[in-house]
Amino acid sequence: MAETAVESSNELQQEKKASKLAAISKFRELGLLAFIILLCIVVQIKNPSFMTLGNLTDMITNTAILSILALGMMLVLITRGIDLSIGATLALSGMLVAQTVSVYSGLHPLLAILMGIGIGTVCGVTIGFLVSKIGILPIIATLAMMNIFRGMTYTISDGQWISSYQMSESFVSIATSSILGINTLVFIAIIIYIIAFYFINHTRTGRQIYAVGSNPESAKVSGINQTKILVIVYSIMGGLAGLSGVLWVSKFASAQGDTASGFELTVIAACILGGVSIAGGSGKISGVILGAVLLGIMNNALPLMNVSPFWQSAIQGAIILFAVIVNALVKRGVDRNNLLRRKI
Amino acid sequence: MPVKYTNTIKGAKEMKKILSKWAVVGLAVGLLAACGNEDAAPGGEEAAAGGGTDGKPTYAMVFKNTGNPYGEKMMDGFEEAIKEAGGEVILRAPDQPTAEGQIQIVEQLITQQVDSILITGNDIDALQPVLEKAMDAGIKVLSADSAVNPESRMVHVNQADPELIGRTQIQAVSEMIDGEGQIAVLSATSQAANQNLWIEWMKKELEKPEYENIELVKVAYGDDLRDKSTSEAEALLLQYPDLKAIVSPTTVGIAAAGKVLTDKGLAGKVILTGLGLPSEMATYIENGVSPAMFLWNPIDVGYGAGMTAVALVEGDITGALGETFEAGRLGEKEIVEDGEGTQVMLGEPFRFDKDNIGEWKEVY
Repeated sequence: MAETAVESSNELQQEKKASKLAAISKFRELGLLAFIILLCIVVQIKNPSFMTLGNLTDMITNTAILSILALGMMLVLITRGIDLSIGATLALSGMLVAQTVSVYSGLHPLLAILMGIGIGTVCGVTIGFLVSKIGILPIIATLAMMNIFRGMTYTISDGQWISSYQMSESFVSIATSSILGINTLVFIAIIIYIIAFYFINHTRTGRQIYAVGSNPESAKVSGINQTKILVIVYSIMGGLAGLSGVLWVSKFASAQGDTASGFELTVIAACILGGVSIAGGSGKISGVILGAVLLGIMNNALPLMNVSPFWQSAIQGAIILFAVIVNALVKRGVDRNNLLRRKI
Repeated sequence: MPVKYTNTIKGAKEMKKILSKWAVVGLAVGLLAACGNEDAAPGGEEAAAGGGTDGKPTYAMVFKNTGNPYGEKMMDGFEEAIKEAGGEVILRAPDQPTAEGQIQIVEQLITQQVDSILITGNDIDALQPVLEKAMDAGIKVLSADSAVNPESRMVHVNQADPELIGRTQIQAVSEMIDGEGQIAVLSATSQAANQNLWIEWMKKELEKPEYENIELVKVAYGDDLRDKSTSEAEALLLQYPDLKAIVSPTTVGIAAAGKVLTDKGLAGKVILTGLGLPSEMATYIENGVSPAMFLWNPIDVGYGAGMTAVALVEGDITGALGETFEAGRLGEKEIVEDGEGTQVMLGEPFRFDKDNIGEWKEVY
């Protein structure tokens, strides 16, 4: 008896020790994090002004919108879907809100934000309906809606831009003001991430999203309403895109018909970098943050490093490829360790 | 099992309902399109009649795409010139800025037997076959704003002289920073032919002895994207703490730089100038970030092109080097060399500053 007790306490201690290590090694995005740190060091050596407070603030502010969109895209990708329409939704919401602000300059910024979210959600619900009820492939449905939303943006704006002189001070200050010492854009992104963390990990609906993505058949058998989940996911994506539209227009103080055209691919890239599987079922918030941060660093650092513009996009692509490979290798190692450690 | 069965039937019925709804929508769209065609047709017939019989010449203008405010101003100018000369005007543009769309329109215009076609090309070479066909049919073809290759046109109307655009910007920035300090250029893409040519001329102007204290430290490329232009502008400020001025010869770039300088409170410390849309730049000119910037005036471009078309149709010019003609309110213009072809240059870009930006910001 006594022997076993000692043994078990020993085991416990060992387990404790191991669990700390395991906690680190279980972190699948370790490779990505290491890569980001490495990249930062290289950039810092090349240009010492990289790690200054001012530049870091600029970088985080510039990445806030990308990170908000990447979160929504993660949910969509988890359900084995994809949303190509977000750039167009962003432009549509941004244009409509900018037009409203240019007419009613007294519009409260909060109302403008809510209006953007509303417009985006309507766009998202439409896509959710097409995907879940009518059963159109997400890539086709969102490709079609992308063109429709983009066309609508050109139509309602009549090809005209809304420029900064037509926007009220309070609207433009959404992006320049700060709450609790943090830039409002970043603040909004943080709030959204906290809500999303709770929603994905601690609510029934949040968990069902993963279930639908990893195995739709068994999700159906276990009584999960797939239609509902898909509509929710695309609505969230739409809502976030609509919100981003307002933030984008406020940040750059200009609304164009071709705002953020092609931005959806950057967002998808951030997700893939962050380890979200395009085959559905897996993806973590921490990974998406890292993916968005890596892209943000690249957008900020490449101009600082005096890289020839002819090489810039090639280098950007190479870094993405390299990061994905490093991440995949580390992840494979972590997964194998997890399997070894598994108690059978 | 039976329950499921009825469900599928219900599903099928719903599907049918939806399908029929969409069919109705499709029909409606089809009808609308047909209406559109009917609208266009009478104009065409009228034009054909005008060109053929009563001697009132018809002048067509084909812009890049519909709903472009710059294009609309250009069309206004074109119409003004043609009305002045007593001709008929046809204004056309495809929905999307593609060469295919323009080819279709030009084909229609050939059938309508117009007297002249002014085109702002969506592609420099792709329009050659159809434009050659037009010229073979006796139609006077010219391009403006965006050129088509010399074989597909008789003459090109250049919005402003690339040399003058480049030199004017350096002269302006030199005056703004008192001829001393570091400057940087924030351009569109590294492949943009217009911008690269202007930057070449800027560099040539900088070789003059009076600019020996001005150093061009970097040409950055914002790709005409808001986010990238913003990052590039921020990087310029970080990389060159002593930077005196940013010259940005592109609308998105200059506005993005204006926003960055405004947000960082650098008005008066780092000067901004270049080429931009007055509406986009109004805020940054009024708040002092940019003392002045430049752009040609699209109304004048359209007007000048209209006058050139009139001169071609009336036989005053043939598009050959050295010919001169009277371009209405723009005065006498000469046809000059442009690579292998010829062109008409409309002159210096127009200067926008605190005094006139108020009236222009509403225009375009």
